[in-house]
Amino acid sequence: MLMLKCPYCGVVADETELSPGGQAHLTRFGPGASDEDFESYLFMRENPKGVHFERWRHSNGCGKWFHAARCTATLEVFGTYSAQTVEPPEEVRAAITAKRPGWSWGEFS
Amino acid sequence: MSKAVTALNRAAYDGYVRIEDAGLCGMISLRGDLSDAKVKKACKDASGQAMPKARGIVGSLDGGIGWMSPDEALVLVPYAEAPAAAARMEMTLKTAHALVVEVSDARAVFTLRGEKLREVLAKVTPADIAALPVGELHRTRVAQVAGAIWLSDETTAHLICFRSVAEYMFELLSRSAMPGAEVS
Ligand SMILES: [Zn+2]
Repeated sequence: MLMLKCPYCGVVADETELSPGGQAHLTRFGPGASDEDFESYLFMRENPKGVHFERWRHSNGCGKWFHAARCTATLEVFGTYSAQTVEPPEEVRAAITAKRPGWSWGEFS
Repeated sequence: MSKAVTALNRAAYDGYVRIEDAGLCGMISLRGDLSDAKVKKACKDASGQAMPKARGIVGSLDGGIGWMSPDEALVLVPYAEAPAAAARMEMTLKTAHALVVEVSDARAVFTLRGEKLREVLAKVTPADIAALPVGELHRTRVAQVAGAIWLSDETTAHLICFRSVAEYMFELLSRSAMPGAEVS
């Protein structure tokens, strides 16, 4: 069972209290974008075995969206953090580096 | 004017924990910055209580405040006073960036009484009810629907859910509290 601590209300919620929001840190391309950027925004996703960044919503709880960093192979959670950011905070990156030296994901490492 | 009743009209079930429809409760939902002075004053004037800290609930069903999220509070008042209390809150808030709406008839409230109420609740929610402190409002999933649970003392718990699922909640809690269904 995947359990994540909501950074807004502090509750440790299990997967059934949360709604998945897919991959984190996407850059939105809307009207006026090139076909390539729009296609990439809509369809192209990371699919790692290991470190991954996702969006989740504490839907059966405080209702807030937040970010989570976890390992897709072991379900180990490295940290959860605010939705009001475009990149993982330093402490979350450090926690990942401590457990998975040399990790990289998209533009982050 | 039509006579207001709850979805279950004061139904009760005497299991190894007693499940009661708590009756008509006045509830006002407030969205805004909970640290804002006007927001705190509006909530205090309506409920007589100070804004609780994160996940806290203070007071009682007749005058209380529950912390629902970083920008949401649930103000509890007597049912008949709710519309006027909500109107007064709006006056107090004036230009503050906040939203007030009376939700008394959109919710159902239950009271659980008994020694083993933590067990009855733990069977139907993934929340760690055994570790839930008295006076903490825990929003979670209750079987298939959302609910907010708190204990006012070790043998009294309250649960708020949407009115549309009141009957489901009553049947669920009653089944969980059925004599013979004890797990400890
Ligand atoms: Zn939360």
